[in-house]
Amino acid sequence: MAAISREEVAHLARLSRLAVTEEELDTFAGQLDVILQAVAQVGTVAAADIPPTSHSVPLTNVLREDVETPCLTPEEALSGAPDVEEQRFRVPRILNEDLAS
Amino acid sequence: MTTTLPAYDEVVARYEPVIGLETHVELGTRTKMFCGCPTDFGGEPNTRVCPVCLGLPGSLPVANKAAIEATIRIGLALNCSIAEWCRFARKNYFYPDMPKNFQISQYDEPLCVDGYLDVEVNGETVRIGIERVHLEEDTGKTLHVGGATGRIHGATESLVDYNRAGIPLVEIVTKPIPGTGALAPEVARAYVTELRDVIRSLGVSDVRMEEGSLRCDVNTSLNLPGEEWGTRTETKNVNSLRSVERAVRSEMLRQASVLDAGGRITQETRHFHEDTGDTTPGRSKETATDYRYFPEPDLVPLAPDPAWVAELKAALPELPRVHRRRLQEQWGLSDLDMQSVLNAGAVELIEQTVAAGATPAAARKWWLGELSRRANETGRELADIGATPAQVAELQGLVDAGKLNDKLARVVLEGVVAGEGSPTEIMTNRNLEVVSDTGALTAAVDEAIAANAAIADKVRSGKVAAAGALVGAVMKSTQGQADAKTVRELILARLGVEG
Repeated sequence: MAAISREEVAHLARLSRLAVTEEELDTFAGQLDVILQAVAQVGTVAAADIPPTSHSVPLTNVLREDVETPCLTPEEALSGAPDVEEQRFRVPRILNEDLAS
Repeated sequence: MTTTLPAYDEVVARYEPVIGLETHVELGTRTKMFCGCPTDFGGEPNTRVCPVCLGLPGSLPVANKAAIEATIRIGLALNCSIAEWCRFARKNYFYPDMPKNFQISQYDEPLCVDGYLDVEVNGETVRIGIERVHLEEDTGKTLHVGGATGRIHGATESLVDYNRAGIPLVEIVTKPIPGTGALAPEVARAYVTELRDVIRSLGVSDVRMEEGSLRCDVNTSLNLPGEEWGTRTETKNVNSLRSVERAVRSEMLRQASVLDAGGRITQETRHFHEDTGDTTPGRSKETATDYRYFPEPDLVPLAPDPAWVAELKAALPELPRVHRRRLQEQWGLSDLDMQSVLNAGAVELIEQTVAAGATPAAARKWWLGELSRRANETGRELADIGATPAQVAELQGLVDAGKLNDKLARVVLEGVVAGEGSPTEIMTNRNLEVVSDTGALTAAVDEAIAANAAIADKVRSGKVAAAGALVGAVMKSTQGQADAKTVRELILARLGVEG
């Protein structure tokens, strides 16, 4: 059984705002399936008593003090922007979507 | 399309509301959640940004200890359990308000869970369950241009300022609140008010709704008695305490009219409009974004030391509810009187006025009387009226010293509100002090007696009540700046009559 379906790849492409052709969907679905199958082999050696790992380093509580550090200048901050207006990043409008929080 | 809405009384007689609130609080830390950029309100666009909050390649976030501490303190004040171990998560979505294309948030492992907040509504205590308190980062500000200004519809471009992106944001989510019936809108408002006061007492945020450091989303559903809870809608853009109440009420009315007509409620986000008090549909939850949350690999887990949490708990300040009880006792107020102080938003102001030397009764008189009246007239909050507790205490001091009578004190207070200076300055500059110079007063009294010989005779013959007209004449000639009682005594003495 495939680890990822063609429909799931199409869904992910839409969420990622990627325009993918029908031929590309076939290609990517196949490639991603191979990758996922390979990664899934880890699961065959993981015993039931091994919890899923999210971090490879055994650290907790890496925190910083609430102290200011220098910012970029607006010129530096905007230097990589595709377009700038009124010292702001200028981007195409996005319809029918809302803020995250 | 306009539909006639049913009457509120009929709605709550037929349906039972269930509400829920999600509140976002911007923390008042000096720096952002994951980088050292300052968090001050305002500022030129894109001047408080760095590679971390701009999501530039190779940059790595590090969590702000003060923000973690503030969140744990909020959780403790809301009677929550604090997680012994939890992780941040990436909430993936493509919208330009976050330059990384994800927001660092918490998902299935919030820092604080399962608490409650007791609020008072109409003298009754309602316990609001708290589902979770978690920490995330705020988004940037998007300005839509081309088409109607500020509106996304018709806009051709968006301009983004990332100064606010990355400011620590605490999200506080209640459990569903059933059983409040007709009081649902008031319960919602009372909860947000109490939550604001609790957070303010902790000193972790300035919690100003008008500046957006406290933001509220309101969930509302209706069901028939005995049936399952209905489909809920989530109303956003609720930017004042009054709007919280109005939003719940208006959504109850709208949903009832849909249900009455045999329709069904769509699970969706709705936007509240301050001007009309109505909500309009936004994003439909049926096509909601798939956020594909996963543990944030760039931040290691949090494991707050239980000893540290215990320390924070022991150091919590007196919470507003307990504090108010103590004040009510100290001020000797009935529940009803205390309620009117609360409704006027005058608790702290009276407390500070008393601390500045006034008696509780005098402090309450000014704040609930003259100043509340002016606040209502001008549509301002009492705290922003322009008079400070210290000035009110000073004013009362002048009254107590006999330098101002009640009428003159009101004139002086008006000057204070208009920004003319301190009460003493205004009294001196405008020459409003009570005439206590007996020589000047005696002259005025003699003048009044001479000008009103017939009345003076009546008083001499024992009709003491007639002296009122003479007092009035003196008060008039001294432009109200004499103490009426002193004037009366002087007149009677002059006419050889016992008072």
